[in-house]
Amino acid sequence: MPSEAPPGAAASPGGAVADPGGTVADPGGTVADPGGVPAGDPVVDPVVDHVLEFPGGYTRTTGPVIGRFLTELRDARIVGVRTADGRVLVPPLEYDPATGEDVTGEFAEVGPAGTVQSWAWVGAPRPEHPLARPFAWALIRLDGADTALVHAVDAGDARAMRPGLRVRPRWRAERTGHITDIESFVPEVTKIVSPVRAEYRLRPGRALTRFLEGVARGVLLGCRCGSCGKVYMPYRLSCPECGVAITEERELPDTGTVTTFAINNLPDPRAPEVPFVSAYILLDGADVPLIALVGDVPAHEVRQGMRVRAVWAPRQEWAPSPLSMSNIKWFAPTGEPDAEL
Amino acid sequence: MSGNRCAVIGVGQTEYRTKRRDVSIAGLVREAAARALADAELTWRDIDAVVLGKAPDLFEGVMMPEAYLADALGAAGKPIMRVHTAGSVGGSTALVGASLIQGGVHDRVLVVAFEKQSESNATWALSTHPPFNASLVVGAGGYFAPHIREYMRRSGAPGHIGTLVAVKDRRNALKNPYAHLRIPGIDRAMVESTPMLWEPIRYLETCPSSDGACALVLASEKAVTGTPAWVLGTAMRSEPIFRAGRDTVDPRAGRDCAADVYRQAGITDPRREIDVAEVYVPFSWYEPMWLENLGFAAEGEGWKLTESGATALDGDIPWNASGGVLSSNPIGASGLIRFAEAALQVRGMAGEHQVDGARRALGHAYGGGAQFFAMWMVGRDRP
Repeated sequence: MPSEAPPGAAASPGGAVADPGGTVADPGGTVADPGGVPAGDPVVDPVVDHVLEFPGGYTRTTGPVIGRFLTELRDARIVGVRTADGRVLVPPLEYDPATGEDVTGEFAEVGPAGTVQSWAWVGAPRPEHPLARPFAWALIRLDGADTALVHAVDAGDARAMRPGLRVRPRWRAERTGHITDIESFVPEVTKIVSPVRAEYRLRPGRALTRFLEGVARGVLLGCRCGSCGKVYMPYRLSCPECGVAITEERELPDTGTVTTFAINNLPDPRAPEVPFVSAYILLDGADVPLIALVGDVPAHEVRQGMRVRAVWAPRQEWAPSPLSMSNIKWFAPTGEPDAEL
Repeated sequence: MSGNRCAVIGVGQTEYRTKRRDVSIAGLVREAAARALADAELTWRDIDAVVLGKAPDLFEGVMMPEAYLADALGAAGKPIMRVHTAGSVGGSTALVGASLIQGGVHDRVLVVAFEKQSESNATWALSTHPPFNASLVVGAGGYFAPHIREYMRRSGAPGHIGTLVAVKDRRNALKNPYAHLRIPGIDRAMVESTPMLWEPIRYLETCPSSDGACALVLASEKAVTGTPAWVLGTAMRSEPIFRAGRDTVDPRAGRDCAADVYRQAGITDPRREIDVAEVYVPFSWYEPMWLENLGFAAEGEGWKLTESGATALDGDIPWNASGGVLSSNPIGASGLIRFAEAALQVRGMAGEHQVDGARRALGHAYGGGAQFFAMWMVGRDRP
């Protein structure tokens, strides 16, 4: 059962309990479990198959009320019958089950849409079930009806079922006047999937290319603004503070200080494990931090002020021209005393 | 304040929910807009121009939603424009709308902002991992958690302060029928029992993902109908995210923006002169951080204000009486909700979370890596 199922929903799996229409309206049939007796050793435990089946099938006289219901079904309409106190029974009966009085004989078209009141999920359908894939037996109150009809809901996934779910019948093309003229109910269309896919050919900008070419050689390249003197990392062509062009390149060491960090407990494809630490690392000589993974240390031992050094992947694993940060696995503690922040 | 007088004369909000499965995006924005128009006792025909705000298009995968939504917002034959300043966009949208009134261009402007987060996943949209990145991108929680850690280190704030905010704002949300997260009986133990997502941020110290929309009708003085909230000051600021020496805990742009809006509104002591504030607090620790950034407390003292109960609904300076972003977060609308709730307070129309006698209120929004800020002051009395 889905977690949001109301209490008691599992208590009406076959529909018989809550089904006012009896076997006529029971789309699941009433055939006994055919698979209940395991085959055994015929010497010790003689077992034979035996079929009891009335040739050609029993007949059922529908009477005027259920007959009208089934006739309308054959024409892909659903009708109920009105009781003396004005309620509409669906499926209809010749009598009001609440009072024992005759119904009025007035039929009312209901649905075809309805609302799921309760359901039981059938994860492993049996051969006699209306659908070969998992489905729900549901109590469905059709629009205009005062009682619920039991039928199958082809919802695809148990998580799609909920009280209040709006459903509509899926009619068979060939109808005979049987409850199975409705193959199943299906949820109304409430959302569509709208795939969005944009394909790009990306080229890093001039500054980032220069920086990533440095990483490809094992060098971290920054730059110094001639106006304010601040050292930026990664290398860039203009100062975000002064707005002037930057011309002075500066190689930076691969050591630095963790200024602050987060311990991430949600998985990330770029992190080897959970939890992982994403840290602001101020490289020695730089005035802006970069955000990078911190590794080779338990997450809860990372500290603000911790001294770290880049851990480069082994040279033989370096791609010829990766133009990415992938040559650096992460930053790891150097063991030096913490820096003052 | 410069320009002509401007007033908020209509406020409309949708119910904020995890999934508004019952409405399309157009239906969602129309729900808020229709309520704002009803509040102002106006119709679509009375509107001169429409300003629409929302956060990145990647959130719903609808590129340029302003084009798609123009008809839905009654903009046929009228100007419509779209504003986008990341998480602060709701605030910026109101300010762009107000500027059309203040500048004398229009008399009645409909301002709408929305997000339908259930159509995709904001964390995915904020961490798409394009190639050629020099820095790790880790979504909003992963981005802000280190700044919170640094605030805790600098201020020496005890670890439970974030919990207090999470409890306070969610309790306020119980008094707001539009609020998304409604957690009866929420207390410190409940918050502290939830897991760390991006330590030091716990699950219940973070905002929800919401569907929702908010709308305002703004009017010039001569076009005022109903109960106005007068705009006393407006300001936006931004700063470069990668500026060397940028203080990510106490951003300069936030301080400058607050100073500007206070100057226009004649505020010299925000804690004493402002009656209620709706401030963008998506992670609980941002309350003490913004208390300092916005001048309600001295540097390093914000957490003491929170701890004293001053920011509670019955405190001397209630913050986020509505439950705030921590309780409802349709991202693009979250800033506008702050501005709208500030207006509701000074109009005396905030219902169960009304702060008695509120005459002056601050609405605040921030976005991006805390590099975009939008604020307004609104008041009961005409300036």
